[in-house]
Amino acid sequence: ISTLILAEHDGGAIKSQSISAVEAAKSLDKQTSISLLLAGSGPSLQQAAAHAASCHPSISQVLVADSDKFTYPLAETWSRLVQLVQKKGEYSHIITASNSFGKNILPRAAALLDVSPITDVIAISASNQFIRPIYAGNALCTVRYSGSNPCMLSVRSTSFAVSVDSSKCNEAPISQVDLSTFDEDSVGKSRYVNHTAQDTERPDLGNAQVVITGGRALKSAENFKMIEKLAEKLGAAVGATRAAVDAGFVPNDLQVGQTGKIVAPELYMAFGVSGAIQHLAGMRDSKVIVAVNKDADAPIFQVADYGLVGDLFEVIPELLEKLPEKK
Amino acid sequence: MKIMVAIKRVVDYAVKIRVKSDKSGVETQNVKMSMNPFCEIALEEALRIKQSGLASEVVAVSMGPTQCVDTLRTGLAMGADRGIHVESTAALFPLTVAKLLKALVEVEKPGLIILGKQAIDDDCNQTGQMVAGLLRWPQGTFASKVMLDTEKQVATVEREVDGGLETLCLDLPAVITTDLRLNQPRYATLPNIMKAKSKVIKKYTPQELNVEVKSDIEVVEVTEPPKRKAGVLISSVDELIDKLRNEAHVI
Repeated sequence: ISTLILAEHDGGAIKSQSISAVEAAKSLDKQTSISLLLAGSGPSLQQAAAHAASCHPSISQVLVADSDKFTYPLAETWSRLVQLVQKKGEYSHIITASNSFGKNILPRAAALLDVSPITDVIAISASNQFIRPIYAGNALCTVRYSGSNPCMLSVRSTSFAVSVDSSKCNEAPISQVDLSTFDEDSVGKSRYVNHTAQDTERPDLGNAQVVITGGRALKSAENFKMIEKLAEKLGAAVGATRAAVDAGFVPNDLQVGQTGKIVAPELYMAFGVSGAIQHLAGMRDSKVIVAVNKDADAPIFQVADYGLVGDLFEVIPELLEKLPEKK
Repeated sequence: MKIMVAIKRVVDYAVKIRVKSDKSGVETQNVKMSMNPFCEIALEEALRIKQSGLASEVVAVSMGPTQCVDTLRTGLAMGADRGIHVESTAALFPLTVAKLLKALVEVEKPGLIILGKQAIDDDCNQTGQMVAGLLRWPQGTFASKVMLDTEKQVATVEREVDGGLETLCLDLPAVITTDLRLNQPRYATLPNIMKAKSKVIKKYTPQELNVEVKSDIEVVEVTEPPKRKAGVLISSVDELIDKLRNEAHVI
């Protein structure tokens, strides 16, 4: 068994979701050799490669594709790159994180390799058997892969926690991918224009230890600031329901649910969230769930460890007053 | 320009699904079925493009058992011009669907394919990317805004990505998959439902399209997710803070 990880980097470092994919690869087989593939251009790529080489003890080599073609992670160029690297390395498995990077690239690369990918894997029971949620997590499906190599997976980072001491890492060798035979057929047909991101000091929603979520009951973007204040106090990330996003209280990248972000923090606090199944799909694996809602019959109380029936406009200010400052 | 839209018949989003006791799947007998919500958004976008004069025809495609015709009729009642039904009783996985769509593209020669980003039954989120790959067309997935320039033959697509929005410019022909906030799909009106009855739905079999229906994935079992154990109701903020600190140890 040999695994190729399609990794994402930002600001000269490997994203933590990509390191979770390494954890997933480890659970395929103890003996697996793990290669990490990075693409990009310029110094930030080389910096990320150095980080990759020493970020996890199970990584046996880092492959770097350095070219202007990879400055932005476009599916057209990445899927060709995967095809090229697979041809040379003949990996048994290719794994990436199930985020907007992996979801965009993996199926396209799989189609080029003529195999069926398996998306959103939450558990690996054998090197060819995987568990993934279906119907918004209301059922779990165990699937067996019986196709030819490579077996391609996208994995939920919330299900593969990283627990390594990176200081004990040996440096994995870094090698450059030979791009002389890179197939240019789709290159240039899609062009990056721009990216608008929310400037925020808060932790990333996907990886935060604590998530504070607000629903429609917040009533306005102005009121939603209370959620943000509380999040700040707890060092938490802010989430929102689809209703709150659709009402324009917060931008859509804060949506937690079946079609938004999947989170599994230590503490999830939901304020004015009714608990539609599509929302529960995004947070049901949280360790401790707190729900505050005026409606005692709200379905969120069925998954909450601690429920408080009450008016969030009274509860949040009281919490803000009584909670200790985050150390 | 012709736009092809792929639509899937799924268990209605409001139905509380039940896992079959033999663990072979989810109960779909006597359950309300509807068009996948993301596919409705895809069709709506195609119809709006046609209304703005940038497309000449919208062709809706569905694949699966006979009943898919009902879903296609809904699409025709929303405003699609024609339907294509690829009939198959065997389970169709995304790779097969993508190959069938590619075969239909060779027949229909659309300038744009729009699909939902995922179906709410298997939650795969694969078909659009796969058909784009097979066709070597550029892809704009998870679109929240689409702008077409038929003179320059490009589509500008705003995409929902982790931590913000990304804008891409794609040469046509291209594949676009839709996210939730792209538009609000219309309801079919009664006159349009009547009109839809006389619109044409062409049937194909996978054999006619030279696509072998096979799968490299087997479903071993489908089970209920573990239930969370019932929580407790508490009565005050002080009690909540106490529980979080001294019982759950999370603050």
